Amino acid sequence: MAESTSSSASIEAVERDLASAGYIASRQIATAVYLADKIEKPILVEGPAGVGKTELAKAIAASRGLEMIRMQCYEGLDEAKALYEWKYAKQLLYTQILKDKLGEVLGDADTLAKALDQLHAFGDVFFSKEFVEPRPLLRALEQPKGCVLLIDEIDKSDAEFESLLLEILSDFQVTIPELGTIAAVVKPTVILTSNGERDLGDALKRRCLHLHIGFPEPKLEERIVETRVPGVSATLRKQLVGFVSQLRTLDLKKLPSVSETIDWAKVLVLLGASDLGHEMVKDTLNVLLKYEGDIEATMPNVSTFVAQSGRQGVFG
Amino acid sequence: MRDTLHRFFRAARGAGVRISPAESIDAMRAAAEVGPGDRAILRDVLLLTMAKSGEEKAALAACFDAFFTHPEFEQSPPANDDQQDADDASDDEAGQDHANAAADAASAAGQPAELGALAQMLLAQDRAAITAALSNAANAASLSNIRVFTQRGLFASRVLEQLGIAQLRDDIDALTASNPADAERLAAGLGSLRETVSEMVSQALLLYGREETEALRNEILRSAPMARLEQRQIAQMRLLIRQIARRLRERFSKPRKRQRRGHLDVRRTMRRNAAWGGVPFLTAWKRRDRDKPKIVAICDVSGSVAQVSDFLPLLIHSLHEVVSDVRSFAFSGHLIEVSALLENNKPEEAMKQIMASVGYGSSDYGRSLADFEKDFMRAVTPQTTVIVLGDARSNNLDPRADILRRIGERSKRLVWLNPENRVSWGFGDSEMPRYATFCNVVRQCATAQQLERAVSDIVATYQ
Repeated sequence: MAESTSSSASIEAVERDLASAGYIASRQIATAVYLADKIEKPILVEGPAGVGKTELAKAIAASRGLEMIRMQCYEGLDEAKALYEWKYAKQLLYTQILKDKLGEVLGDADTLAKALDQLHAFGDVFFSKEFVEPRPLLRALEQPKGCVLLIDEIDKSDAEFESLLLEILSDFQVTIPELGTIAAVVKPTVILTSNGERDLGDALKRRCLHLHIGFPEPKLEERIVETRVPGVSATLRKQLVGFVSQLRTLDLKKLPSVSETIDWAKVLVLLGASDLGHEMVKDTLNVLLKYEGDIEATMPNVSTFVAQSGRQGVFG
Repeated sequence: MRDTLHRFFRAARGAGVRISPAESIDAMRAAAEVGPGDRAILRDVLLLTMAKSGEEKAALAACFDAFFTHPEFEQSPPANDDQQDADDASDDEAGQDHANAAADAASAAGQPAELGALAQMLLAQDRAAITAALSNAANAASLSNIRVFTQRGLFASRVLEQLGIAQLRDDIDALTASNPADAERLAAGLGSLRETVSEMVSQALLLYGREETEALRNEILRSAPMARLEQRQIAQMRLLIRQIARRLRERFSKPRKRQRRGHLDVRRTMRRNAAWGGVPFLTAWKRRDRDKPKIVAICDVSGSVAQVSDFLPLLIHSLHEVVSDVRSFAFSGHLIEVSALLENNKPEEAMKQIMASVGYGSSDYGRSLADFEKDFMRAVTPQTTVIVLGDARSNNLDPRADILRRIGERSKRLVWLNPENRVSWGFGDSEMPRYATFCNVVRQCATAQQLERAVSDIVATYQ
């Protein structure tokens, strides 16, 4: 079917574009990015920390040559920090400066009613676009060439803030009471990320494509390490990825994710390792695991894991 | 393809994935964008647009695989495994063409012309055509409307009717005289056709009817007395309790700050406007934080009420977002704290351990209350709701109602949940009337429904 071959071809094209920006995407991720572009919907990315959720947004921006506008969410974030704020100081300053001009403006008005009429004519100069300080969300809508808007760790923000986002996510517009509705010049690609710290509202989820990024398959992870840390030899790459994926079968407090694998690969390269040895692993385990308890729990298994990942290196 | 997707949405709802009309529109648009050609991509696309959580993704993926699995033509004996009613529209059309071709071929091969289409297909052993005919018949009989298992026979007979079973019977009768060998083959074919249809209906029930069946089962379970559940129902009950907990969480985990309009927070206003000389451009208003519920649950785990006690701590401990502080105690002869056990173990494990240490004895309310006062009275604060779950049957030992009075005085509310019927309170060794005087609320709590109401009311008093 011509239609589907073209769509699978364009999904592959998305995959290639992301790869050229240094992001190795699985087919699910590429499909999501392709679809977000086609049906103009934000992507809500969930998954454990360090699997490349934020990185995805950066890669999309880089591959399309667009600016990325990032908004980090935290508790207590409100519309003044996310959407827009009035430049109070500027308004104040201008009123002070213009005070002297008041006489000239009202000069020919001899009654109070007339003076008021004339003042009304000046209207809302102080509440015009000149005095709006755009915050990330408004800035994203105003970009003339479009952009990638990354709303990072949405689960950290309050529930009220979620409702503030709804208008932007579904219609790509915001309403400022004094100015009216501002629609996007070019609809931005919106990526929301969440670590699942709290359940997001159904209204928000409904407006997004829901993409879950988990730990990658060993093959994919090898390719990721290959692009990110070019200095690693093929055997070492296979071994270290095999080791990490075995580590993930243990009951640990914080499982090592892709970013830890990359860090570890960098460390091993710096140490000049060409092969995974027990001592080497034991010395550098603190790069992979972030809790003392996790390291203790892993220590007895290191030898078997190294041996097994070595064997996989031979046969895989 | 649209019809197929509509049926898939219905099947997905059956699998417990909540799909709103807006989501189905999105899914349609997205599916139209990629086309039905590559099934793996279509699967990804539907997962992206329809499922909104990890569990939903897993359920939907399983549902997709069951729905879009194509019958294996090569290995199956005639019509035996062709139970799929769910084919892509494009495949349906292909099948149609096939059927016509088969019919042509059959008549060209010199089959008696008066035989019905179905008989011809069976004789020609054209599996593709039979599959297509089956799926058409299923559509005509609107098989996707099946909801409960009692409808199985009805839908099976409807499908067979649509297939033209009457004609086939006539054909068999006619052939018995003229061509007994063919008649025998047809009779065998009819038998396997019946089997196939019944399998097809069962699968349709699995796909489309699951939601209804589960809703029905849960409804029965909700109003069944918890003390008399069978072993197999207990696991289902745990699931139900989890659902109830989710419902309560959604209802009560709304923001806990309420603005006190009209009360200016002078200090914060001054600080916020310091930049422009204290002229109050921005005002800050006083807020009042609402307390989250603090709950102390004291559960009787003696033989008579053990099963009910199983579920109350389970429910309360799954209300993390709503309730800030929970402590649970279990007693029969004496009392121990079980909060840590419940937090750190699976419910089955925790219950087993609790039962091993204090369970199944004969209950001694007086001694257990004394234990509580001695060691844990400090857990009770003026913000705490104390829930006591038990039948108040103290085996004629001293009930120590005075301790309960002191607990009631210290706490915000004291709620007694009794799994026994109200009629039997106060008879035999039941001390319920004496205890009831010191409780703010006393209610019967024998079913999951009553348990949900009781806990919901308790949490609601903090809102």
